[in-house]
Amino acid sequence: MIKGVIEGSFHITGGDFTNAGIASSEVKSILTGLGISSDIVRRAAIATFEAEMNVIIHAVAGVMHYYVSSERIRVVINDMGAGIPDIEQAMQEGFSTAPDWVREMGWGAGMGLPNIKKNSDVFRLESAVGEGTTLEIILNLREEDLHEAE
Amino acid sequence: MKLSEIADRLGIKIKTKDCDTAREVKGCYISDLLSDVMANAKEGDIWITLQTHPNIVAVASLKNLSGIIITNNRTPENDTMKKAEDEHIAIASSPLSTFETGGLLYKMLGC
Repeated sequence: MIKGVIEGSFHITGGDFTNAGIASSEVKSILTGLGISSDIVRRAAIATFEAEMNVIIHAVAGVMHYYVSSERIRVVINDMGAGIPDIEQAMQEGFSTAPDWVREMGWGAGMGLPNIKKNSDVFRLESAVGEGTTLEIILNLREEDLHEAE
Repeated sequence: MKLSEIADRLGIKIKTKDCDTAREVKGCYISDLLSDVMANAKEGDIWITLQTHPNIVAVASLKNLSGIIITNNRTPENDTMKKAEDEHIAIASSPLSTFETGGLLYKMLGC
């Protein structure tokens, strides 16, 4: 049982590849600790990690907020970055503006945003060029997705 | 098949101290694109890649992969090994190419 809304946030520093994955790993362990089914945790981990990487690759800094109730997992990522001029283009699989050195690391394949969308039930992306981007994702929880935490 | 048995049969050594070498390897995924691994690798897979930087540990940990084999004699960066030890992710490097390593694993895992 999840009582009320469990929430928290993590700061993400742009360019900090060394600590990439810390925010999403924490979210993953919080969700696991709440007794949420492994399939939902897996989807949330993929979506939050890709969102975290987008901040690291494209922004100066960002914040990931999570809100978990017995009905849904909601994650909002706000960043201070260049913004996305054309969201429809950014959503196309294979489209990326990542620099070459990031691509050499195996990122920037244009799969991040589509991966996030595939793994969430609600996906909202808003961006202002020169200001930043806000991504909101929701994963709905059914009764059978929740079991008593060990 | 257990991770330790796979390492023995490939003639490679697991570099990470304090990881679960008795872990069952359920399958294998081969890719150097990290988002591709995030999207398509399955829990328990062993991952074959050329990438050596610390983000591979985060990917393996988030996807609950059984381990990472780095091919073509590349060695993981120091930060990668440190993270792997913190997160108990098994890393080995192989002198063989990705094709050869994958081919051997394909036979071993009875695909």
